[in-house]
Order: sequence, then C-alpha cells, then structure tokens
Amino acid sequence: MQATAAAIIESVSGRAVPLRGNDIDTDRIIPARFLRCVTFDGLGEHAFEDDRRGLAAKGEVHAFDKPEYQGAKILFANKNFGCGSSREHAPQSLMRWGIEGVVAESFAEIFFGNCVSLGIPCATVGEAAIGRLLAAAEADPAASWVLDVKAREIRGPITEPVTFLDGPRSQFLSGQWNPMSELLSHLTEVEQVASGLPYVSGKW
Amino acid sequence: MAKNLYEKVFDRHVVSRLSSGQYQVFIGLHLVHEVTSPQAFALLRDRGLKVKFPGRTFATVDHIIPTDIASRQRPLQDSLAEEMLQAIESNTKEHGVAFFGPHSGHQGVVHVIGPELGLTQPGMTIACGDSHTSTHGAFGSLAFGIGTSQVADILATGTMSLGRLKVRRIKVTGKLGAGVYAKDVILAIIRKLGVNGGVGFAYEYAGEAIEAMTMEQRMTLCNMSIEGGARIGYVNPDQVTFDYLKGREFSPKGADWDKAVEYWKSIASDADATFDDEVVIDGASLAPHVTWGITPAQSVAVNESIPAESDFIESERPLIREAYEYMSLEANQPIEGVKVDVVFIGSCTNGRLSDLQEAAKMVQGQTGKVASGVQALVVPGSEEVQKQAEALGLHKIFTDAGFEWREPGCSMCLAMNPDKLKNRQVSASTSNRNFKGRQGSPAGRTLLMSPVMAAAAALTGQVTDARKLFHLENKA
Ligand code: SF4
Repeated sequence: MQATAAAIIESVSGRAVPLRGNDIDTDRIIPARFLRCVTFDGLGEHAFEDDRRGLAAKGEVHAFDKPEYQGAKILFANKNFGCGSSREHAPQSLMRWGIEGVVAESFAEIFFGNCVSLGIPCATVGEAAIGRLLAAAEADPAASWVLDVKAREIRGPITEPVTFLDGPRSQFLSGQWNPMSELLSHLTEVEQVASGLPYVSGKW
Repeated sequence: MAKNLYEKVFDRHVVSRLSSGQYQVFIGLHLVHEVTSPQAFALLRDRGLKVKFPGRTFATVDHIIPTDIASRQRPLQDSLAEEMLQAIESNTKEHGVAFFGPHSGHQGVVHVIGPELGLTQPGMTIACGDSHTSTHGAFGSLAFGIGTSQVADILATGTMSLGRLKVRRIKVTGKLGAGVYAKDVILAIIRKLGVNGGVGFAYEYAGEAIEAMTMEQRMTLCNMSIEGGARIGYVNPDQVTFDYLKGREFSPKGADWDKAVEYWKSIASDADATFDDEVVIDGASLAPHVTWGITPAQSVAVNESIPAESDFIESERPLIREAYEYMSLEANQPIEGVKVDVVFIGSCTNGRLSDLQEAAKMVQGQTGKVASGVQALVVPGSEEVQKQAEALGLHKIFTDAGFEWREPGCSMCLAMNPDKLKNRQVSASTSNRNFKGRQGSPAGRTLLMSPVMAAAAALTGQVTDARKLFHLENKA
C-alpha cells in the first residue's frame, strides 16, 4: 500500500513511454485475473499483459516490452485513458511498473481520481500536442522529460503547455493529494452532518 | 432557487471544504466487496484506525465466487479466491460490518443486493469500490464507484474528497416498442454520446419512457451510465420507487414510512430546475441494440449493419479498425446472423428477477432448445433472485431448454471465477462491458444485448431479432 504520509509533488522527471490508442480500458491495463489478490504487490509486471502477449503473438512489440522504454516514468496516451472499472489495481500496476505521471488527451474520471490518491499527476493536452509528444517519444526513447506540475508544461525535446485540474494540482503542490489526514481532522463535523440526515438518524 | 436532485443531495452531504478546493462529502451507504477492499482494510490496520460507521457499511462476495454448487465448497479450489474470501470474512468481522456470505440468503452481486434489501434509498450518497455503483441511482440517490484509497477514506471517516459534477438531463420520449428494454435505451445513449461523453457529468434520466420503466429496468439503465463516462446516473424517485421499497428489510417502517416518502419526494428535481446540458432521445423509435465492437459505444440496432470506417471522424478510425480486427467482423456486414458460442444471462446489469422472467417467458413459448454447440448460462444476481426464480419454476424452464442454471455471482461478466470464455469464443452477454478479454479469454469476443435478445441468440446460435423470433408486436 502506498505510504499515507503525502509529499509535495512539483514535477515528475524521466523518460517517456508512448502508448497510442483511444479508450484504453482498465481491463487492458490490468486483466481481471490479476485482481485475485489481497495486496497490490507484484501488479507491475502484469501491466498490459494481454495486449503485450497479443502483439508478441503477431510478431510486434508493445511499448511496455521495448527495452528502450524500461524505466520510463511518464506515460503519453490518447483519449479517455483508463475507462472502465474503478479498480485501483490499474493505476497501481502502472505505478509499480514505474509510471509516476501521465499526459493524455483525456482521462476517465474514476481512473483520474485514483491516480490523484496515489500521487500520480495526470495532465491533459490537445489532440495535436499529444501527436507531437507521442512522435517525439517514439523518435527519441532516451530523451528526458519533465512533467512540471507547477509550470503546467511538459518539457523534453519539445515543450508543450499542459492542463491540470486546479483542485488536484493544488493537492500535489501542497502535498495534500492523499486526503485521509485532512478528512480525519473533521470528524466532529462529520457526526453533525450524519445526524442531520433522516436516513442516518432514523428521525424522519 | 430551483434545484435538481444532484444539487440537493450533494449539498446536504457536504461536511467541509478541503484545502484542495474539493468537498469533504459524507457517504451514507458504503457497499464493500472482496476485490477492492482488502488493501483498504490493510491500510486501516497499518494506521490503527477503525471503521467509523460500521452500521452504514455492508459487504458481500460476488466477483470471485464460483457459480456451480460443488465448487462453492470451502476451501475454494482457487487458493487466491479463497484467500480473498477469508480476508473479507475476517475484515468485516473485526470491524463489526455486516457480511452477506454464501448461504446467508443475501449473498449476491453487490448492486443487486443493495436494492433488494432496501438498503438503497432515495436521497442517499452511496459509494462502493466498483464502477457499476451507478446502478443505485435508479432510486434517486447519488451513487458512484471509487478506488481502493477512497474505500479506505470512507471506512476510516465516513467521508471522501469529491468535486462537483455538472448535470446533463437525458430525456427519453415516447413509449418503448415491444422487445425493447432499458438495455437497448442505454446502449443507444452511449452510442450517441460516446464512451467519454459523460465525463464530468451526472446523468439525470427523465421522460415518458423512463417514467414507465420498472425499478429493475431503471437499474439496468443507471448501471451502464459509467460505460458512457458518467460516474453517476439517476432517476428522480416516484411512486414506482416507493412501491418497490415498501416492506423491504431495511426500508423505513410504520409511521416512519410516510415521512420517509415525503422526504424522498422533497429531494427530487424541482419542476423548474436547470441543467448544464440536455439531450433528447426518441424512445419510440428504438430497436433492440447489440454491440459489435470492443467498447459499449460500438453498437447497432439489430436490423442494422456494422458501420463503415467512413462513418466516423478520423481520430476514431483506428479504434474502429481495431474492433473489426479483434471481432473478425467487417464493415457493412449485418449484425443479425453473427454466430455465437456462449450465452451469458446475468450480472448487475441484467441478472435480476424480471430479466430472468422475460427471458424465460420467451424460451417457454418456443419448442426449441439451446442451439447445438452453444453453452448458455443463466446466473441469478443474488441468492434472493435465485430463490424467487426457483419458486416461479424459471430454473426448470431454462434447464429443460438446455440452459445451465447457476448459483449467484458476477460469473462471466468479468470471469474472475471459473466461468470463462475459451480462446476466440463469441459470447452473447447481458453484462455491461465488451472490452477485449473481458470475459476471461484474452481473445474472447463479447456482444452485449438484452436478456431477451440473449435468449434468442441461445436458441438460434446467432444474433437474432428477438422481436421476430418471439413474435413480439406492439400493442396499441
Ligand atoms: S456483475 Fe460484472 S459489472 Fe457487475 S459488479 Fe460484478 S463484475 Fe462488476
């Protein structure tokens, strides 16, 4: 389990792995058979397992299998990345594979929220910009990139402005991306709200 | 000022504004299952925390549970599944949380048992570590899926951090034709708005066709909101909702009942409420829908052909090509007649009593049997559904026709238990996702459809217009 003591995240630096395709769902990120577990340990090696095997069978190589992308920390993806189930196993497997930040055209909502809880900044860019980023990461797999939460940009062989949702961005910059401690500090108010709800208090 | 249901319910549950700008929101009902909870309980243990509202937390086992009776013997044959079952048993015991295990009479898919126990009620906030939690919106609650970190947040505090959504009203006008169900309506909506059309929105479903739906149909509809990108989908509570809830185990009783109904009416959208967006769908013109591709938006009416690449904008074409290739289907090929190997009737989308009744009614009216070479599974959504179906003799109708009648669970919806497609088998499935590999074989193929359409496919061995096969005609 991710440590609960959150840290300030101003940027993510490292190489980038390009992953083309819209609507890459959580079943593809981590196939359901790997959800038979009571911890998230070991999920990293199974990220995209079926896609990787499927391509290997056709004599092609998935980006996550290419030697030049091993150790990459930033993922580039297209539209609606992470759609499908709420399983945190999906961002957990990406994180355990090594991914610390994602730039995509758009994200599915639950996946996005799960990434925030794990301290993985997710930024969006337009269709043309993601095209340039994917091409740059394909052309030069060894290039270093910085996903800069503070400056709202991705810098590498090329630089593109990115969009972060304001709430999550300030969570990363303040180190508050894991909200549990703050939630715990308001338990008195929680009791008050709960007792004001007829279905909780039984006072209809 | 006039408000819609989303605004009213959200506002009543806000506890505080967090430093991030998000809201701390009280969650009135927390449903828990074995897949997304063990790591959350472990985190509580690490931090020495207890479950804050054990009485508002309910758990069951659904994803990993085998559905043939012999395999439900403990310990389960799959040691990983057994370990997960033991974990939820001991975690719920340790924290004083109700657990509906096998043979409790209440075990089942979490989104089937919440409503049937009367736990799901209008005006609640409901969360579960499962994206199809949107199902419970059928009652006029704000119900949504969460990840494991948030499961831990709710266990520990009864609250979670949330942003506000926009609200899109989807009006489905007219009367649905014979043989057309909520499943077809939601597939048509997702086809029109896309799999990410609902990101950032809660969907309010309204209009004549929705008002005419039973609660179980409304659950099917709301269930698949998330397949259209909307984390929340809801229907305003009305007399149909109240009639369904009356007398259920956890429903308000006696003098409280009338007051509860008043409260529930008060949280419905005001007549002059405004919405961030509105979409109108002509319900009367809808035909049964079937998916042909690898996302729930890739569907066609049963009397249509698979669309051509040129029907889509450039950026969508790679996915269309990927779908043709994966499904081994071609542009302009009619969907009717596509051969199926497996039929799965069940899941939190379509595994409720009325789903099984509709399918059984069609099967009973036919002299035929399940087509040779086709394996057809009927998996009730819960032990309660199973009991009621058996009391009505539905299991006999199905087994006499060559269907397998199973024990309740998620089963082949995502195949975390032993029910799996093999190799490149094609499945006609009443579940909610046709993603690559979803039904347990990395190369398996899924065609989503309604229970009645799945019954038709079982009998003919191919995608078939149930309206023709079962002589369903619109009554004036
Ligand atoms: S039936 Fe399918 S979609 Fe529903 S909870 Fe189970 S696995 Fe998820």
